[in-house]
Amino acid sequence: MSAGEPPINSPEIRRLAPVIEPGHTYGTVTDKISAIVLTRPASFGWFAGFTVTFAMVMVLTVSLAWLIIKGVGIWGINAPIGWGFAIVNFVWWIGIGHAGTLISAILFLLNQKWRTSINRFAEAMTLFAVACAGIFPLIHTGRPWMAFYMFPYPSTMGIWPQFRSPLIWDVFAVSTYGTVSLLFWFVGLIPDLATLRDRTVSKPKQIIYGMLAMGWRGSARHWQRYQSAYLLLAGLATPLVLSVHSVISFDFSIAIVPGWHTTIFPPYFVAGAIYSGFAMVLTIAIPLRKAYDLEDFITMRHLENMAMVMLATGLIVAYGYFFEFFMSSYSGNKFDVFLVQQRLHGPYNHYYFALILCNILTPQLLWFQKMRTNVPVLFVMSIIINIGMWLERFVIVVISLTRDFMPSAWGRYSATAWDYMTFAGTIGLFVMLLFLFVRVLPAISIAEMRELVAETSEEHK
Amino acid sequence: MDGMSESEYNHFPMHHEADSHDEDRAEDLTLREHPLDLAAVRAKLQSKSGKQYWRTLEELADDPHFEQLLHREFPRQASEWDESVDRRDFLKLMAASLAFAGLSGCQANVQTNIVPYVKQPDGMILGKPLFFATVMPFGADAVGVLVESHEGRPTKIEGNPDHPSNLGATDAFVQASVLNLYDPDRAQTVTNLGEIRTWSAFLDGAQASAAEIKGANGAGFRILTGTIASPTIADQIQALLKLYPQAKWHQWEPAVSDGAREGGKLAFGRYVNTVYRVEKANVILSLDADFLASGPGHLRYMKEFYRRRKLDQYAEIDRLGPEMNRLYVVEPTPSVTGSSADHRLPLRASEIEQFARALAAKLGLGGDGTLSPAAGKWLDSVAKDLQKYHGSSLVVAGEQQSAAVHALAHAINAALGNVGATLYYTEPVEVNPVNHLESLRELCADMDAGKVNTLVILGGNPVYDTPHDFDFTSKLRKVRTSVQLSPYFDETSEHCQWHVAESHYLETWGDARAFDGTVSVVQPLIAPLYHTHSAREVLAAFSDKPGVTNYDSVRDRLKTANPSGDFEKFWRKTLNDGVVADTAYAPLGGISSKFNPAGLPAAKPAAAEELEFIFRPDPCVYDGRFANNGWLQELPKPVTKLTWDNAALVSPATAEKLGLTHSVAARGGEHGQIISNVIDIALSNSKVSAAAWILPGQADGVVVLPLGYGRKKAGYTGTNKGFNAYAVRASSALWVAAGGKISKTGADYPLACTQYHFNMEGRKILSTGTLEEYNKNPAFAHEGDEQPAKSDSLYKEFAYPGYAWGMAIDLNSCNGCNACVVACVSENNIPVVGKDQVMRGREMHWIRIDRYYKAETPTNDPSTNEHDALANPETFFQPVPCQQCENAPCEQVCPVGATVHSAEGLNDMVYNRCVGTRYCSNNCPYKVRRFNFLRFQDWETPQLKLLRNPEVTVRSRGVMEKCTYCVQRINNARIEAEKQNRPIRDGEIVTACEAACPAEAIVFGNANDPNSRVAKLKAQQRNYSILGELNARPRTTYLAAVRNPNPEMEKA
Repeated sequence: MSAGEPPINSPEIRRLAPVIEPGHTYGTVTDKISAIVLTRPASFGWFAGFTVTFAMVMVLTVSLAWLIIKGVGIWGINAPIGWGFAIVNFVWWIGIGHAGTLISAILFLLNQKWRTSINRFAEAMTLFAVACAGIFPLIHTGRPWMAFYMFPYPSTMGIWPQFRSPLIWDVFAVSTYGTVSLLFWFVGLIPDLATLRDRTVSKPKQIIYGMLAMGWRGSARHWQRYQSAYLLLAGLATPLVLSVHSVISFDFSIAIVPGWHTTIFPPYFVAGAIYSGFAMVLTIAIPLRKAYDLEDFITMRHLENMAMVMLATGLIVAYGYFFEFFMSSYSGNKFDVFLVQQRLHGPYNHYYFALILCNILTPQLLWFQKMRTNVPVLFVMSIIINIGMWLERFVIVVISLTRDFMPSAWGRYSATAWDYMTFAGTIGLFVMLLFLFVRVLPAISIAEMRELVAETSEEHK
Repeated sequence: MDGMSESEYNHFPMHHEADSHDEDRAEDLTLREHPLDLAAVRAKLQSKSGKQYWRTLEELADDPHFEQLLHREFPRQASEWDESVDRRDFLKLMAASLAFAGLSGCQANVQTNIVPYVKQPDGMILGKPLFFATVMPFGADAVGVLVESHEGRPTKIEGNPDHPSNLGATDAFVQASVLNLYDPDRAQTVTNLGEIRTWSAFLDGAQASAAEIKGANGAGFRILTGTIASPTIADQIQALLKLYPQAKWHQWEPAVSDGAREGGKLAFGRYVNTVYRVEKANVILSLDADFLASGPGHLRYMKEFYRRRKLDQYAEIDRLGPEMNRLYVVEPTPSVTGSSADHRLPLRASEIEQFARALAAKLGLGGDGTLSPAAGKWLDSVAKDLQKYHGSSLVVAGEQQSAAVHALAHAINAALGNVGATLYYTEPVEVNPVNHLESLRELCADMDAGKVNTLVILGGNPVYDTPHDFDFTSKLRKVRTSVQLSPYFDETSEHCQWHVAESHYLETWGDARAFDGTVSVVQPLIAPLYHTHSAREVLAAFSDKPGVTNYDSVRDRLKTANPSGDFEKFWRKTLNDGVVADTAYAPLGGISSKFNPAGLPAAKPAAAEELEFIFRPDPCVYDGRFANNGWLQELPKPVTKLTWDNAALVSPATAEKLGLTHSVAARGGEHGQIISNVIDIALSNSKVSAAAWILPGQADGVVVLPLGYGRKKAGYTGTNKGFNAYAVRASSALWVAAGGKISKTGADYPLACTQYHFNMEGRKILSTGTLEEYNKNPAFAHEGDEQPAKSDSLYKEFAYPGYAWGMAIDLNSCNGCNACVVACVSENNIPVVGKDQVMRGREMHWIRIDRYYKAETPTNDPSTNEHDALANPETFFQPVPCQQCENAPCEQVCPVGATVHSAEGLNDMVYNRCVGTRYCSNNCPYKVRRFNFLRFQDWETPQLKLLRNPEVTVRSRGVMEKCTYCVQRINNARIEAEKQNRPIRDGEIVTACEAACPAEAIVFGNANDPNSRVAKLKAQQRNYSILGELNARPRTTYLAAVRNPNPEMEKA
């Protein structure tokens, strides 16, 4: 693509599996990827999966309707524990939403060729995860219909949001991140939408893809503008990857609650977000490449690289856990000391131990190449890490609130069926959107894959 | 209200019909079935000239169905029934429907018009409350109150500072009594065998009976009442007894023992009333007496007691005595009084008498008591201390104690020279003191023998609260004509022929004597909401003068008692003051104890292994009469912090022996739900199942069975809550019962406990010390402080140029009596959320009272082997309202600015700006914010709408709320002050909690004014902030608790 990248045949990379299996031409790449959308009939598995996830979305609808009718009291939250599943899920989903933009933007700027075949669906995943995340801050409020108070609109009363509150920062951080991710994704899709427009034989599809392709003709000028726009957006998205979860971590670190009030949170949250995001990309990529025979494009090289990113971020997270523990104990602050003791000995210690097992111990297997290249192991591990990251948010958000300053006000939290249904519903929504996505948009960037074919075939001449 | 025209009070016409909902829906359907006739519409339009307005085309078309629809008042209301209503909503709706049914059914659908005042009554400004003095009769006492009235609706009760029984203080019962007035479950009409009857039908029936009774010379006519302290009722009953010479008057008060009465008889040969002068006592010994929290005069005693425990000198509240008093308490179960004790000794109830005997012996009165060596040693020191303060000590015997203990207390007080100094005796306050148990026994025997033809039960619920071995219910069936007057259609009403709905004290004229004999007039604030009547009217119905009104009887009696002078002037002054001047009984002269302790029969020493069961009135529902009061049901009981249930209380060691434990539930946890074991109690030939509760500080081997729960017919709120301790209460063991058995059933029961964690975890939350420590270092509360610099904040400090509202709470004076909590609920329209929500940790009280134990070895689990630490821990209470921080963590995190800092330092809540993120609550270190997780307010029940304070927003769901320092009262005072162009004076603003507090523990005012009471308190060295190291800089500060232990016992 651009000059200055390390030659693809450098010895370091050669040792690894290829980023695209040899033997592919422009035509085969385009055929194979566009076929998923245009020609291959939807399989039974697709319909089964879609039905199940659609049913889960209905569960979400019912849960939200009941929530609006009755109020947040249908959840398990209570007086000392004002935030429960809703905020845990929000942070978890936003974390998952990190991988897409990271892969697309940061790896793009770093010229990591292997990002090409995974960036599209990773970005889609990001968008869907942000959509799922975005539900929660809205519905967790007591009066969601008044949530527009959090936006700086020109109120006739002359009232503004309270800008000292991290929740207001959240509003900006998440909405900016969502908007830029959507734009970035859409810009990247334009050449592929044109391909679909050109290849489909159905009139309605031609019209829809045609409109979405925005008149793309593939001229050199188009390519030139496209590439600079993409590069600019990548540059814009990169700081957002780091900022959005930093800002979300401020929700906690700005507050004075022991267990929340700590300066390590921004980097620790970002690392955790990337960790869980890559885990989710793996969770999706592994069945996807299997179902649509995309092993040629999403090769072992991709899986192994993602495993290595997980290992690296996992270690940062472990460092975070350790220093949270160390600093709390070292500070001598009696509330912080008490907090870490509660993590180990309190009524919720099994959550903490499970979290250590999932997030710190299990990923140590990734030091071994055998494990990194073992697809079932990677799949299971990716799910374990996702569970672990959810537990991490639960430990931070909920358990810190159960026992803070006033022992007389200590309490406990237990989620209700509605909490679980809402959470399951967003998982259903996320997967359902992915199901729809693979059927209507190219899950792998055709244009970029063709470029990759050109580059790799040059090497093989 | 007698003497007032009805229309003046009828601002709230309710002319719904109970069954209108279904008709409405039918109406709706018919409308839909008739399609709109467009041609008719056009024709109509053409036929009209000029501008025409119409609501719908149907109206324009003059559709008769639409006309009909318009005439229905709330056609859409019918949709309520389409929705699935849950049980709670259903019951609310049913309550509302019943209320409508009552109103419409009885008033024969008379539509009354409402009209504005043509001439505004003198002194009445719409929107401004008026205050009227009245009294709340309660047992052998009457509490003077000032009732706030908004346009004729009583909404809030304050104490009357001029009344001798409370000097302006109130307790939880008094505060909550206004809710009873508006209780939608109240009985509303006269019924005969459950069928609604008119009052005149009852009068006819009563007069017919009266004629018959007259014929029989009164034989077979019986009256059953509780304790009567009303002179007019007493006169009426006496007149009836004169009219019907063979009639009899029986009395039964389930929660007051005969011990005090009979003790007086033992000591003096006659019934007396004992009045304490607590403020004069330097050393007080309580023999299981909860004299600060219950019994006649307790509000005054509390005020006087804590005035002797103030460690400061400022204008209004002056320490009356030369030194801080000292309190010794011997009691089987921790009480409010016991928690204030400087030395507390847990003894089994049966050992209290031994203790009193031993004390009498020690003081040289003869007799002897057997005590354990440790208790004996304790007693030696106490006796020495009492003797040291000869003439300024006081021994108080408990309401539930036996006649012997009371007689011993009389003898001991006489020996200590206290009579006439720290206590005096008067004529009994109750009009006809009798032994209630014997009186009831006689009635039951007579009923059983068929000697009772007509029984009139005036207020009281004997089917529920009489000893089970009397089997009152089946005996009641043998009575031909039974009449019950009670505020609810309760367990007894079901078995009575006639039931007359009783008027609330705020609805009817009356009178009552206070604990010292002072007479007060009960002045009604509102015309009876329903067709209710008073005991006077029921008694009159059976007399030869059936038409006498309450008003006349009260006035006439006063006129007779005060024949000289201008009666009208006197009457007006009496009503205005709320007390009839100079009517307190004079101390009885020439009375001396003739009691010889040696003459007491030898008491059998209690077997140590045997369990001892004691019965106590519940601190929240009393004997069961407040069972349907949601405010009281949801009020955490002072020591146990349980709500909505009673439980069998056992000590940690006894629990261990019986294998009883608690576990903290995952939902709600320590701040909500504790799972306890269910036990079967077999006692006095009866049995009952109860939840067990482990209570630190209780005497081992004692099981407390609180009365007042397990009601079967109390109303929506009170029915089937807790267990019925009356079921195992026999006449032979009314207060203390031995020989019972406890067996664990294996079942568990969830209890709603608002504070299970009682260990401070080494944090500086509640600071305590001894007088010695205080004298050595008055700033002992600040030892080890880590108060950061004021400037340690990112944000600029606020300047408070004008007022800076602040509060100081003297922990030395708080005994957790809960008056402030209910006062706050009443003032601020705080909703009742129900047991389920309390168990989820969602109770809404703006001020809570935290209870902490101070033990040698800190532990938080009363059910482990570490119970020794909790055998007799010191108990401390701490009221926690919003701390109104100057550097408030809540304000900084609210995304919408719904909680903002006022120029005077309040953390204001802007309810309609709040979106409900609950971030403020998470960030509040004191956890004083309360969130409306669901719609907790009752918006449907019309009666409850009348109850609300119109000056305080009724919060909806999804909104955060908290203590505002009664900002409505601040603003009222500000308006008054600005009108007069002067600053607000100190003491002009009294918050609801401060006004209610009998101990004067809470002081509110302007901290910027160095002369204000609050500034002086805050200037004291023992003034500290909870968790000062957080630098939130609370405006609510605390004065460390200082106990005054006996140095001699400390050393030992």
